[in-house]
Amino acid sequence: MTTTDLIGKILQVVLALAGFAAVLGLILFLVDKAPKKGRDVVQLLAFLLPAVALVGLGLVYPAIRTTFTAFADKAGNFIGLDNFVWMFTQPEALVTLRNTVIWVILVPLVSTVVGLAYAVFIDKSRGERIFKVIVFMPVAISLVGAGIIWKFVYEYRPAEVDQIGLLNQILVWLGQEPVLWLQSEPINTIMLIIVMIWVQTGFAMVILSASIKGVSVEQLEAAELDGTNAWQRFRNVTLPGIRGGMVVVVTTITIATLKVFDIVRTMTAGNFNTSVVANEMYTQAFRAVQPGRGAALAVILFLMVLPIVVYNIRVMRQQKEIR
Amino acid sequence: MSDNVVDLPIPATAKPQAVPAEAVGTKASRVKRRLTSRWATFGALIIAVIWTIPTFGLLLSSFRPEELIRTTGWWTIFENPGLTLANYQDVLLSSSSSSPQLGSYFVNSLAISIPATLFPLVLAAMAAYAFAWIKFKWSGALFVFIFALQIVPMQMALIPLLQIFTSVLQPIQEQVHNVLPIIPEQTYVQVWIAHTLFALPLVIFLLHNFISEIPGEVIEAAKVDGASHSQVFFRIVLPLAVPAIASIAIFQFIWVWNDLLVALVFSGGTADVAPLTQRLAELSGNRGQDWQRLTAGAFVSLVVPLIVFFSLQRYFVRGLLAGATKG
Repeated sequence: MTTTDLIGKILQVVLALAGFAAVLGLILFLVDKAPKKGRDVVQLLAFLLPAVALVGLGLVYPAIRTTFTAFADKAGNFIGLDNFVWMFTQPEALVTLRNTVIWVILVPLVSTVVGLAYAVFIDKSRGERIFKVIVFMPVAISLVGAGIIWKFVYEYRPAEVDQIGLLNQILVWLGQEPVLWLQSEPINTIMLIIVMIWVQTGFAMVILSASIKGVSVEQLEAAELDGTNAWQRFRNVTLPGIRGGMVVVVTTITIATLKVFDIVRTMTAGNFNTSVVANEMYTQAFRAVQPGRGAALAVILFLMVLPIVVYNIRVMRQQKEIR
Repeated sequence: MSDNVVDLPIPATAKPQAVPAEAVGTKASRVKRRLTSRWATFGALIIAVIWTIPTFGLLLSSFRPEELIRTTGWWTIFENPGLTLANYQDVLLSSSSSSPQLGSYFVNSLAISIPATLFPLVLAAMAAYAFAWIKFKWSGALFVFIFALQIVPMQMALIPLLQIFTSVLQPIQEQVHNVLPIIPEQTYVQVWIAHTLFALPLVIFLLHNFISEIPGEVIEAAKVDGASHSQVFFRIVLPLAVPAIASIAIFQFIWVWNDLLVALVFSGGTADVAPLTQRLAELSGNRGQDWQRLTAGAFVSLVVPLIVFFSLQRYFVRGLLAGATKG
């Protein structure tokens, strides 16, 4: 990077911020000076129009266009359901769908179970805060960073030389042959899923831990007086008490998993039969120049996410009302 | 909910010790509880160790000399000692063509994230104010519609948006480049706008929740005193909304910083615009064996979110919960 580049970059940011502030400031200033008669309308438009116009032009209109593209071929001619037929018949597309199903089953399930177990284990323990920070940290970092962290764990070296990836070293210590984790099917999809679980468990843990602290102490003590053991108390008092938190966790992680892209892109780029819908959408639309197929995959993604997001938002709002 | 995240640890042993002089009958149950809690601590320790080791291994490796990373595992650090900053120097400062030259991508990440946080927040705050405090026809319906846009994954908009940008923004960018040669043809504009667009529905909704709860008397009083909407917005609403804006801003900043998809589609992939995540994903694909560079590079990209995470944890969690369904 030369100094000129740097100056150019800083200049861009400064100009953009200054321009943005100037335009908005000017609009809001002029609005106050608008003639009395139409002032209300002018004011409303000044506040509302920038955001609404952006959303309309940049989100609503493109989404509608994409829906049409899903029924068109490369040249834009209407071809009916061909793109969807491709998706549900071609072996490579079917693998993508199969992988997405595996992801969506495993990630929410394992993340929630491990996150809940951890939250229960550390509840009211010494150093609870540090325990939390350790598992929560992966939530803050990028999935690209997480992908590289785990790629290093999975790194393969032939059996004759020293391993540099921890997982294969453990295998060697146990007297096994090292494995090409990211290239060997079907284990490679599981190895990618582990990365997502590693990230999402912290999210599950933080929310469930907060829910656990909301469970009534009186009920727990009453159950204890009745002579129940720890597992029974957990089963019959804690678990029903954190149901709302569980639903939020499972649905939120499911949505994130359906859209997972970065991990696959960074670690295998979808090769070796590890692709998922969001990755395939990118590959088809921007690499293979098959906008129709990419659009069809986007529509499928939308249809899969739709019911879960709606449900998730409803539960979150109910919870907010209770609080 | 989020306030519990930073609660103080309560010593586990405090409770049993507080009632030492109890009947013999409860002694057994006390021992039992200790035992289960010992197992719980053990389980927690195992999970904590598994969760830490991958990051720790990468961090340690990023400080090891190249030959040692290539030939030995980081767990042999005591048999093969040697720590160096050369990897960081190489990825950040070296100008050789084989170096990833992350310095310029780091600048890009910052240059993308800061405006892409400010733009949507300001526009959304204005829109949220209009929805909450300016009465107009269809206000409710329009708000629900924008709120509902959260369910549209950004994949739905990518292809047409890129076409629009290429036909509308590209000529403008070329013009700007001709007038001001210091600004490259590829600018951040596309990435900024894309991030702003994708953030707006959620941020409008979240800020509306907050802004609509400002007591009506405060705003009415200002109006009676002759304040215009602009004045009410800048003098009353914005200052009161600062806590909400801060949480959402942190979430949005981290989201943009960590993003890969928007960058891949709209940045053009050159050192002029592409952020760290894109460069790292590329390195991981093309030069997946250069571990001395990947390890150091990964930490260069992780350091900003981690600083935010550790210093602003409370806001971070609040923002995360609010924005959990984004994307």
